[in-house]
Amino acid sequence: MTSIARAVLYRTAHVLGLLLAVLVFNFLLIHLAPGDPAQVIAGDMGGATPEVLAEIRTRFGLDLPLHEQLLAYLGRVLTGDLGYSFYFDRPVTALIGQRILPTLILVLSALVLAVVVGTVLGVISARWPRSWFSHALTVLSLAGYSAPVFWTGILLLILFASVWPLFPVTGMYSGIGDRTGISYLIDVAHHLVLPAFTLAIVYIAQYSRLSRAAMLDVLGSDYIRTARAKGLGEGKVIFKHALRNAILPVITMAGLQFSNLFAGAVLVETVFGWPGMGRLAFESILRRDAPTILGILFFSALVVIVANQLTDLFYRLADPRIAGKGSR
Amino acid sequence: MSAVPQRTPAAAGVYGAPPAARSPMGEAWRMFLRNRAAVAGLVLMVGIVLMTLVGPLLYPVDPFGMVWAPFTPPLETEYVLGTDYLGRDVLAGIVHGGTATLAVGASAAVISIVLGVLIGAFAGYYGGWVDATLMRVTEFFQVLPPLLLAMVLITLFQPTLTTIAATIGLASWTGVARLARAEFMRLNQQEFVRAARALSASNARIMLRVILPNALPPLIVMAAMNTGVAILFEAGLSFLGLGDPTTMSWGFMIGASREYILDAWWPVTLPGIAIFLTVLAVSLIGDGLNDAFNPKLRER
Repeated sequence: MTSIARAVLYRTAHVLGLLLAVLVFNFLLIHLAPGDPAQVIAGDMGGATPEVLAEIRTRFGLDLPLHEQLLAYLGRVLTGDLGYSFYFDRPVTALIGQRILPTLILVLSALVLAVVVGTVLGVISARWPRSWFSHALTVLSLAGYSAPVFWTGILLLILFASVWPLFPVTGMYSGIGDRTGISYLIDVAHHLVLPAFTLAIVYIAQYSRLSRAAMLDVLGSDYIRTARAKGLGEGKVIFKHALRNAILPVITMAGLQFSNLFAGAVLVETVFGWPGMGRLAFESILRRDAPTILGILFFSALVVIVANQLTDLFYRLADPRIAGKGSR
Repeated sequence: MSAVPQRTPAAAGVYGAPPAARSPMGEAWRMFLRNRAAVAGLVLMVGIVLMTLVGPLLYPVDPFGMVWAPFTPPLETEYVLGTDYLGRDVLAGIVHGGTATLAVGASAAVISIVLGVLIGAFAGYYGGWVDATLMRVTEFFQVLPPLLLAMVLITLFQPTLTTIAATIGLASWTGVARLARAEFMRLNQQEFVRAARALSASNARIMLRVILPNALPPLIVMAAMNTGVAILFEAGLSFLGLGDPTTMSWGFMIGASREYILDAWWPVTLPGIAIFLTVLAVSLIGDGLNDAFNPKLRER
């Protein structure tokens, strides 16, 4: 077997193992929770009647031994059945399928915004480390790091949607008229600005610090001195030689933080009424709708695993030094 | 047995006063005190802790009590910071609401540190299959979004201050474990650890008395950072209404009043400032500790 094939195989097994672990964990949670599992599955849907509870018991085979139930559960997941939400009266997969795209849009725009803005700020600040800009950035990033995201969101909402109504207050698109094509995209983008920026603030703060430190490290190294000595222009030195190395820690960090972004999305979506998975999580928690929230946990884990693998791949492409090293 | 040469007062007199012996921790502490931002953070933190400890005694207004007309603006009545949509005193909420946030934040941070150091230490020290297994567990917890995991656990179990702290701790120990593992691996190769082993010190003794003290500086910095994260975490959960319903907290105040933000800005903005200042204080302390333990990084 070639080493690439082996690496791919190893990686697939690894990912599947993680997913299996998440599923078993989900399953155990329902059964470890205090009280009747049937009641947990039913959630607080206005007092489950004995008939509904009996139906849940037969449907999920709750009277069978635990390991048989686990196997049955895994089998159902394999066929795309993540359970049924009795509160929303719909299958969990359908609920999540409706909400995953808005969340991905929000999380990915916030991530791109954070990486780009954070890196640019960090690079500028590293180029002139004693300037007022650099000091201001240090203070601002500390502030951005310390403010609770839901609170900043509410303040931005008052400022830019109410006092100075630049952006819409809530939702993902305007209800007026049927927009299609470009006009629809512009409408969504207009709604996206505030939530994406709110979600990005903490990470802009972190990445600017990270890239500043990395850039300062790189700018002091011999090859940069060589590039300058060759008479290369400053722009070329910074953007072609230094940036490539300074951005790597940011990318690694961003990949590792994908799960935190998902968690932040719960709060941001709740504040901005963004119709994504995070708000679905919030709504289902209010109803103690366990199947939905466990389905969301599984789906988020799935997305995070995929994101981690992609980051790893990107990292390998960007930094040839580690390409040859083991498959982890 | 005491063959250790003692410096007698006479000798000190001859050779001049010996430089005061300083432990590495003492040296770091001196560095910390010279850092103005860090000291400001420490003073702010002490102030906030005092406010939450002593404040409820000095200002015994019930934070859940409806004391005055709803939406009373600040500075107009005896309720200096105004009232919220139910006529609850905002100042009372801020004074009483810090206890839950700080207690949960601090205990969650302790839980995450203890759990992370334990797992990281065993993985890094023993290596091999122990390391492989423990790192799989860590990786598993890393792919679960922390806030979602906490939401699930709180939905299934009861939201008391204890379960919330445990939940936050359980959702945020992975970073500590990775750091502790790396430190234990690195230090395990060093001469002084080999020397201790050659002197047939037990594994427990090497881990606790030889490696751990040397791994402490980065772990202390991480502990400070984790405390800030845990405070934000608690605030987020109680903002979503998942806090302990019997205890007032800053996040809960914001969540409860956010619908009325256009009628009254103060019940949302003021508790937010309290959270912000608390986390800022913790971050300043964390930064100061980082600089104090790594003087070479100071120029950054």
